[in-house]
Amino acid sequence: MAVTVTKKLDAHVVRADFPIFEQEIHGKPLAFLDSAASAQKPHQMMEAMTAFYSTSYANVHRGVYVLAERATAALEGAREKVRAVLNAPDVREIIFVRNATEAINLVAYSWGMNNLGPGDLVVVTELEHHSNFVPWQYVAGKTGAQLAMIPLDEQGELDLSSLDAIAAKGNVKVVAIGHVSNSLGTINPVEKIAAWAHAQGGILMLDAAQSAPHLAVDVQALGADFVAISGHKMCGPSGVGTLWGRAELLLAMEPFLMGGHMISSVRFDKTTWGELPHKFEAGTAPMAEAVGFGAAIDYLTTVGFDAITAHEHELTEYALGRMSEIPGITLYGPPAERRSGIVSFNIDGVHPHDVAQILDMNGVAIRAGHHCCQPLMQKLGVAATNRASFYLYTVQEEIDQLVDGLATVRKVFA
Amino acid sequence: MSEFDQMYREVILDHYKNPRGHGVLDPADAHADGQNPLCGDEVSIYVAFAEDGETIEEVKFSGRGCAISQASTSMLMEMVAGRTATEVATLDKQELLDEIAIQLSPVRLKCALLGLTTLKVALHKAKGTPLPDGLAGFDELELT
Repeated sequence: MAVTVTKKLDAHVVRADFPIFEQEIHGKPLAFLDSAASAQKPHQMMEAMTAFYSTSYANVHRGVYVLAERATAALEGAREKVRAVLNAPDVREIIFVRNATEAINLVAYSWGMNNLGPGDLVVVTELEHHSNFVPWQYVAGKTGAQLAMIPLDEQGELDLSSLDAIAAKGNVKVVAIGHVSNSLGTINPVEKIAAWAHAQGGILMLDAAQSAPHLAVDVQALGADFVAISGHKMCGPSGVGTLWGRAELLLAMEPFLMGGHMISSVRFDKTTWGELPHKFEAGTAPMAEAVGFGAAIDYLTTVGFDAITAHEHELTEYALGRMSEIPGITLYGPPAERRSGIVSFNIDGVHPHDVAQILDMNGVAIRAGHHCCQPLMQKLGVAATNRASFYLYTVQEEIDQLVDGLATVRKVFA
Repeated sequence: MSEFDQMYREVILDHYKNPRGHGVLDPADAHADGQNPLCGDEVSIYVAFAEDGETIEEVKFSGRGCAISQASTSMLMEMVAGRTATEVATLDKQELLDEIAIQLSPVRLKCALLGLTTLKVALHKAKGTPLPDGLAGFDELELT
């Protein structure tokens, strides 16, 4: 595929691969600063999906004709790409789901319902996205396990000094944390928390939806037991994500969804489950979406995760510097060194929805709300924040456009 | 007038910055709390009836949220004082929207109607009349 390989990422070059930027919004160039919600798409990814539909489309597996074989090869090729990008040991451990939320629900139901009970602890953090909070709260309630929370310090980082006190409350069975906070950009010390979880005899569920687009995620180096990612945040299509889990755990688990494809044999009196990964992939897979996801991974790895991380770090430093000069602004989250490309903020006396609305009129797309993190918003003592987030195609001019837009916001509400 | 000037026109900003009827009535003859969970807008409405138990003698609101939700609730306070509970409980939302008179996307429409919805719930509860479709449990959302 035609991607310019440079050691240092040139976002203007990368940007040319993304057709969405060929338009104006309200007569202004589009400054898209909402990639943490979903990433824009390179034409290479869309062409891979079109090619799949145009030349190789049929339902996968079991078909004995050429198209079914091509489609199966494409799906399984995509699975291998996901395995490689996560450095997972075994391709059978890569399970295609709809999104990271479904991946976490799969673990919460299939593992949680059968492994949790009274006296057990489910540990989450105050930073969690609802997707890695609500399923665990629900399953803890159903099984009689207790939900414990790793608190945040003033900078929006996890306070690990609380871990001993948490362990004293019961048997730590599962620790569910995000790699990168979608609200504050905080990069959590996953290796440390994984080691602690294992020392307690528990497992680590890592929500990597917000990290895998931006950093090299190595599931083995991190020491995770389950990892959830979403394709659409990684320049892939919506409707596909992946659960990675250690084979030993996946083999011992019961299926999540029942139906076609996930079986070994079905009789009137008994059904036996299929092999990994099929046991967890009931029904027709998101085939074209998986192919698009694979192409998106190719795109990201060609640009290079190190280059993407470095580019976003540069933008974050620039944004924090420029935004901290705005009177009446409150910036949330840790210093740039321990932060992904996310800046959450509030402007005194102006509700985030009004900020976002005025910015939209200036062609700037940001997110305003609770970012699916109501527990965190309660902790910060705010109803909502504004969030600007960056990706490989973000250019400095977009941050300038944001800063100019915020001057307009202040003028309107002066 | 540009789209921008239209949405944040002077009267909206004035109601937002200087809300009319802002405060709490304790005790109140009718009261409800409303929340727009998607945005985090919050409005509480308090009503005192006149001696006839029907005319809205005084109405106040408290809350926090975007300019559209707070300004439209402020406008609503002026609109309903002196009218009857029965009339306001079935008020056509268009009357308020005409007063606000700005183009609203579906998301912002919810902000604009939060105050009116909360007021209607308060009046129905006080009168013991059944809540209109879609409003059951409306004020049972937990305010943060």
